[in-house]
Amino acid sequence: MNPFDYARAGDAAEAIRLAGGRADAKYLGGGTNLVDLMREGIEHPTHLIDVSRLSHEIAARDDGSVLLGAAAKNTAVAADPVVRERFPMLTRAIVAGASGQIRNMATVAGNMLQRTRCLYFYDDAARCNKRTPGAGCDAMEGFNRFHAILGGSDACVATHPSDMCVALAALDAVVHLQGPQGARSIPFAELHRLPGGRPDVETELGTGELIVAVELPPLAAARHSTYRKVRDRSSYAFALVSIAAALEVGADGKVADVRLALGGVGTKPWRALAAEAVLRGAAATEETFRKAAEVELQPAVGLSDNGFKIELAKRTIVHTLASLCPGVRT
Amino acid sequence: MKFTINDEVIDLTLDPRMSLLDLLRERLHLTGTKKGCDQGACGACTVLVDGERINSCLALAVQYEGCAITTIEGLGTAGDLHELQRAFIEHDGFQCGYCTPGQICSAVGMAGEIRRGVPSAVTGDLETDAIDLSHDELRERMSGNLCRCGAHNGIVQAIQETFAPKAKP
Ligand SMILES: Cc1cc2nc3c(=O)[nH]c(=O)nc-3n(C[C@H](O)[C@H](O)[C@H](O)COP(=O)(O)OP(=O)(O)OC[C@H]3O[C@@H](n4cnc5c(N)ncnc54)[C@H](O)[C@@H]3O)c2cc1C
Ligand code: SF4
Ligand code: FES
Ligand code: FES
Repeated sequence: MNPFDYARAGDAAEAIRLAGGRADAKYLGGGTNLVDLMREGIEHPTHLIDVSRLSHEIAARDDGSVLLGAAAKNTAVAADPVVRERFPMLTRAIVAGASGQIRNMATVAGNMLQRTRCLYFYDDAARCNKRTPGAGCDAMEGFNRFHAILGGSDACVATHPSDMCVALAALDAVVHLQGPQGARSIPFAELHRLPGGRPDVETELGTGELIVAVELPPLAAARHSTYRKVRDRSSYAFALVSIAAALEVGADGKVADVRLALGGVGTKPWRALAAEAVLRGAAATEETFRKAAEVELQPAVGLSDNGFKIELAKRTIVHTLASLCPGVRT
Repeated sequence: MKFTINDEVIDLTLDPRMSLLDLLRERLHLTGTKKGCDQGACGACTVLVDGERINSCLALAVQYEGCAITTIEGLGTAGDLHELQRAFIEHDGFQCGYCTPGQICSAVGMAGEIRRGVPSAVTGDLETDAIDLSHDELRERMSGNLCRCGAHNGIVQAIQETFAPKAKP
């Protein structure tokens, strides 16, 4: 690991001042991703600003929204009684990820900004456009079973590995930022970029910009929501496919409201807006669910080893929606 | 830089690159805590920080300044074993023993999570705080601790006997 200076920040303003607008400074949450990447020589910041003591607050508001402090631990968010009641898919997504130990360390912001688990990204003997722009991508012709079928480019097909982020995408979360240029808020859907020609630029954050909180806006349908993760072993593995879904069916048997997002298949947490458009107002039947899944996966592109994810994603969408809808059996 | 380790206050200076695991093993010679993968994947390095289980290999020691850290050496001694250590012996919860300190610290942390009502991936009802430490719950919650020897049956029995004597197997 390269040497670095370490400083602990007491609040957001101090963190930004300590980072001093340096491109080679990094914020440190629980360290579960960054420390690993530094040890592997993939990341080499010269300054680490510890932001794990920033706001841990999980604030339930009367309007039905919840505000998560950026330093709140993954376990604390998953266990929060109001999150469990208002946004069960978020609890289910968090506890589907990593292990008890890692969830006790990981923070909300760190989880959002964790980097891909593409093996070639981790292997500095391999070619990787995300690590070294223009170097090439060894995943394209290599072992790409875990890679993306949606949102890839000629430069990069790495998936975003987070489970929690799939729920945040479905819930229209809002990310509150603070930086050298002041404060702003952006929709969660705009936080991560598609790789395009620059897979090394992963988010919309500017130099020195800090995530201070994440807001979950009120959403009645989210009380009836869940998260389904499909993986190679039943625990402690990254997703092959995962689905965050909220579904409200009216007395007329039609879909009154729906939110759907996919994990394990996209180069960023994947909001399934095309599927939602098919579902909204349609009869809540297996046939409708299948049609919505077909439409969402229509642009999917399989590589040599991951083509199975296309059908797997469709079936998991149908199954997950049906599980929220007692009348429909699959 | 001050740490409280197994109830003893320790004051030392540190390279910020040092992990909590290396601090424990290399500087303080508390070698009960083991290094398996050094990347968060095996749980051999599990310790308790302010009562919560973490992987000390992914933890920069400087980040835990001021915290109370408990290792296997702080849970029990040869003359005065923790009840879970006794149960591990009774149920053959280990073979080589390499994963055992991590398993035991992890299980102690897990028992606290159950008491606080923290749900897991197999918890059916999210609205309840009363979680039974069933076989499925235990296996899911302990999935961050691998055992290469396959001593899992004994591990599960020992943990269940200690923390959920009345739960159905
Ligand atoms: C063995 C293993 C298995 C795992 N399995 C899963 C899994 O199944 N599912 C899953 O979703 N995840 C999994 N993870 C990943 C884990 O969820 C992440 O490592 C964790 O969420 C990162 O959070 P952190 O606080 O530790 O981040 P850190 O490692 O501290 O930081 C990650 C990134 O976020 C930046 N950052 C942190 N805080 C801020 C802030 N406030 N503002 C701006 N930038 C910030 C850092 O600079 C860094 O770039 C696994 C990890 C391991 C090691
Ligand atoms: S898929 Fe992306 S991260 Fe993986 S090797 Fe190719 S460029 Fe790198
Ligand atoms: S050594 Fe820490 S998890 Fe393996
Ligand atoms: S007893 Fe040998 S690794 Fe578990």
